[in-house]
Amino acid sequence: MRVLLTGATGALGRSTAEALLREGHDLTVLQRRPSGLDCREVLGDVADGGATAAAAAGQDVVIHTAAKVDVVGPWKEFARANIDGTRSIIAACLAGDVPALVHISTPSVAHAGHALMGVGAEPADVRGTRGHYARSKAIAERIALRADGDRLAVLALRPHLVWGPGDPQLVGRIVERARRGRLAVIGAGAALIDTTYIDNAVDALLAAARVCGPVHGEALVVSNGEPRPIAEILERLCRAAGVGPPRRHVPYSAAYAAGTVIDAAWWIAKRRTTPPITRFLAQQLATAHWFDQRRTRELLSWTPRTSLDQGFEQLRASYTTSD
Amino acid sequence: MTPLGGLPGLPGIDPSWSRSVPVTDGDGRTRTWHVLDSDPLAGPDVPTLLCVHGNPTWSYLWRRLVANPPAGWRVVAPDQLGMGYSERLDHPRGLTQRVQDLGDLTAALRLTGPVITVAHDWGGSISLGWALAHRAQLRGVVLTNTAVHQPADAPVPVLIRLAHARALREAVCVRTPLFVRAATALSRPALPRAVRAAFAAPYPDAASRRSVGDFVAGIPFDPAHPEHATLGGISAGIRTLDVPALLLWGPRDPVFGEQYLRDLRDRLPHADLHRYEAASHLLPEDAPAYAADIAHWIADLQTRVAPAPTPARPAVTGSAAGPPLWQALLDRAASSPDEVAVAEVGGARLTWAQLRDRVATAAAGLVGAGVQQGHRVALLVPPSIELTVCVYAIWQAGASIVVADKGLGVRAMGRALRSAEPDHIIGIATGLAAARAMRIPGQRLRAGALPAGCIHPTLQPSPDAEAAVVFTSGATGPAKGVVYLHRQVRAQLDVVRAAYGLTARDRIVAAFAPFALYGPALGIASAVPDTDVTAPGSLTAAALADAVAAIDATVVFASPAALRNVDATATGLTHGQRASLRAVRLLMSAGAPVPRDLLARLSTLLPSAQAHTPYGMTEVLPVTDITLAGIDAADIDAAGEGNGVCVGRPLPGADVRIDPLDATGNLHSQLTSTPGAVGEICVAAAHGKDRYDSLWATERAASSEPGFHRTGDVGALDEQGRLWVMGRLQHIITSADGVVTPVGIEQRVEALAGVRSAAAVGVGPVGAQQIVIVVVPDGARPSRRHPVAPLALAESVHAAAGAPIAAVLQMRALPVDIRHQSKIDRRAVAEWATRALAGRA
Repeated sequence: MRVLLTGATGALGRSTAEALLREGHDLTVLQRRPSGLDCREVLGDVADGGATAAAAAGQDVVIHTAAKVDVVGPWKEFARANIDGTRSIIAACLAGDVPALVHISTPSVAHAGHALMGVGAEPADVRGTRGHYARSKAIAERIALRADGDRLAVLALRPHLVWGPGDPQLVGRIVERARRGRLAVIGAGAALIDTTYIDNAVDALLAAARVCGPVHGEALVVSNGEPRPIAEILERLCRAAGVGPPRRHVPYSAAYAAGTVIDAAWWIAKRRTTPPITRFLAQQLATAHWFDQRRTRELLSWTPRTSLDQGFEQLRASYTTSD
Repeated sequence: MTPLGGLPGLPGIDPSWSRSVPVTDGDGRTRTWHVLDSDPLAGPDVPTLLCVHGNPTWSYLWRRLVANPPAGWRVVAPDQLGMGYSERLDHPRGLTQRVQDLGDLTAALRLTGPVITVAHDWGGSISLGWALAHRAQLRGVVLTNTAVHQPADAPVPVLIRLAHARALREAVCVRTPLFVRAATALSRPALPRAVRAAFAAPYPDAASRRSVGDFVAGIPFDPAHPEHATLGGISAGIRTLDVPALLLWGPRDPVFGEQYLRDLRDRLPHADLHRYEAASHLLPEDAPAYAADIAHWIADLQTRVAPAPTPARPAVTGSAAGPPLWQALLDRAASSPDEVAVAEVGGARLTWAQLRDRVATAAAGLVGAGVQQGHRVALLVPPSIELTVCVYAIWQAGASIVVADKGLGVRAMGRALRSAEPDHIIGIATGLAAARAMRIPGQRLRAGALPAGCIHPTLQPSPDAEAAVVFTSGATGPAKGVVYLHRQVRAQLDVVRAAYGLTARDRIVAAFAPFALYGPALGIASAVPDTDVTAPGSLTAAALADAVAAIDATVVFASPAALRNVDATATGLTHGQRASLRAVRLLMSAGAPVPRDLLARLSTLLPSAQAHTPYGMTEVLPVTDITLAGIDAADIDAAGEGNGVCVGRPLPGADVRIDPLDATGNLHSQLTSTPGAVGEICVAAAHGKDRYDSLWATERAASSEPGFHRTGDVGALDEQGRLWVMGRLQHIITSADGVVTPVGIEQRVEALAGVRSAAAVGVGPVGAQQIVIVVVPDGARPSRRHPVAPLALAESVHAAAGAPIAAVLQMRALPVDIRHQSKIDRRAVAEWATRALAGRA
């Protein structure tokens, strides 16, 4: 397959690119900085039509993982990367006769703050989302799915809380905070939460790239299908990294209030550093979100190959070797 | 009032059902009716349900039927003239004219095919008036909370008194919406606000409520009322209806109480009856299942051979086949008249001859007091010689016993006894006072002071005559009445006698309600321990030993809760008490499976006794039986993969089959004996129940496989033909990988050190559920605020469970059902776990 992958410098993008290369696909990657991957590379901004057109022309499938993922930052940066970037990719696909687009989204596009228990991929809810990231991704997913048609098959994949060795986003931040004794469990710690071990997410992306065409026009949540209480996940992550688990509980109401204050303070001061808590984060960490994986597994002909237990073991091994 | 361009947006209504029908009435005036119609384009011969609402509702009441018509049927629900969205009237309209109006409407709609009428409240008499005038096309009548006659024993409903108080009536019904709003305020839980608003929508002002007030004034229960004769004609006329009838009843109705239901059953003795115990007056709102139940009833009509085959109370005949239930009592009284037959701890005892005579005297007294063949007699007498005498006397008088368990609690017991509609009540003083407080109908007779009678009943009950109404535990909803016929009780005695090798040389101590009464019928001496058999766990080891000593008992029957307490109180036994327990040859525990370790401990207390624990339920008992040795053998066989509780092999006479569950937890009525198939346990047995009482829909569901009773339990047969019970049907977990049953997981988790008890439940939607284990840890009391189990415990549970577990939570105690205090209420556990795992706090 001739494949264009955007965002190859992100954790998921990079792992996916490596897997595509291992499988012998004809890979092109598009991102702003050199990836160091041994393949054709187009350097540029996904929102830049010229770059995307050059990269996409003649591909069999585009896997669009590039996105701005953050809890802070001005709206226009999110809008440019996530919304304009998606528009630009779609235009490039249509102009370059690419038949299939796998758009990487997030379950946050349909998470309005209430508990999600065993649900499928509900439609993206722009108004209900919290925070610039989720809102811009919700708009982007709707744009992507609206582009699904005779000339271009679009499949939106929503990997949920991807983690694994060498992941700075989720594991890195949690472990770092725990190491400094600053990690607390928000609420009772019982919220049941799905996560995705990175190898499984990569497999699912590759599976989506294979089936996109016959399967198209819908969003699918991807997870390990092994939800656990958030307190247990945090404790097992910490243990794998060799740091002490969180001992403190912060009531949800306090975390939410603090998140509200901090959101406002960061906005007023235009701070760009990662805040200790945001309203979005408080909700994410204290509210159940786990998903019915039956349709995803059926349509993608995919099942997670690495269990949660195996994932924690591999994470532990990675910390042992890096120490 | 007819809405132009359809109805306003109301919940549950499709505006396309709404139509206006102009009809010329008896006065030659054209009136516009509003009708909800499931199929306005249907041809005239399409079978039709004609649904008639009462006051002050409108056709909105029937929306669930209109939305889901029985297959092949059309549903037509008019708003009566002056009501709902039909044309308003200037003058009151009487019953005669309303019956005529309904006929005019069906003529205008050209409903010439088969019709079943469905009615609520005052729609009842109007629909029945229509039915009597259209017999040729009438196929059945369905009535819900209505009346056609004011029974002499019923207090005059406040609404009827309101009919006479004009000023008050105007104020309540017309000038204010009080009555309109009150009609939808009786439901518990309360109806949604939008539904209540929909009921009130056509009645916004006094002018729109004119007919609501007139309707109340028009209720012709008063003999002086001009329409009284019409009502009398209808209420008498329905006695001649030979079409199938279905009564759907909400017993919590403050307007139409039990007396009205009794009156209707008296007039329609062949009617099927289903009582929705939680429902009040607005039955179609309080029991949404009514629409599906009507559809099932109609579907069954096609296969029904003759109309109404179920005689409510089978008659008694003079030429009975087989011996009566008291034959063994007569035999022993002849062969060993002076031996002890029944004994109470503390002295009172009767010989077989004395017992025979006491029973005969009491039976004559009952006949003298008016107890007739086919009557039901409720018993509010604690276990005692007196109770035994009453039971056999009632049977000799040709009547049926109604026995409710005090363990249900006063309210549930009252509901249960009212549902059985006993004709008489025999009680001790406190029992009779309780019966009065619980508003149980029937003549009250004082136990031990029955009137003297001289007419000795000589007829023997037919094998098909009703012998008993007993009640389920009520662990899962209101207690259900279960009817046994004489032949079924006799078959039960035969099974028990054979299964436990009982002979005349045995003597029984029975601390388990049904068996406590069976001594005389088995021809075996019996004693009742000094305890309340209906209060589980109150039997002490000393009380049991004293009862055993009283008759040198060889056999002990007791409930699991009782046996648990016997075990717990064994240290207080005297040397003599221990000695009497050592002579017992057989110990049978019934009610719920007994844990192996408890049986083993009891074996040291009763070393000569073979310990048995049968499987069964109020509807069929016993189904299987297993001994302690059998349990040990099953444990060894199943080592490593046991997935439930082994309850042994089916007893002779009990045919056990499995209706397998598919991957999403559905059943397909394909009974099998194939080993390993997991599904609902179904039992066919001559000693099973005849039917549920006053629960037509429940009975239909439970006996959907002819001859079999669906137990609601999930289990499987193994290669050796043994039955394994894995939980309740409503407690199965439907994960994405298929159905998971809870009991096996729980047993494996409970075997872990540090776990006192455990429940396995599913959270999430059907088909995508995750398995959650809730444990009660030994020792430390878990925090209520942080229910997640410590990681070490969680990991050992994950490892032991044998199935993928999403979460391990901790509780201080698991909720259990009120009566047995032994069955885990997994539904409550699942609700709690779902709340906890949703997050926050």
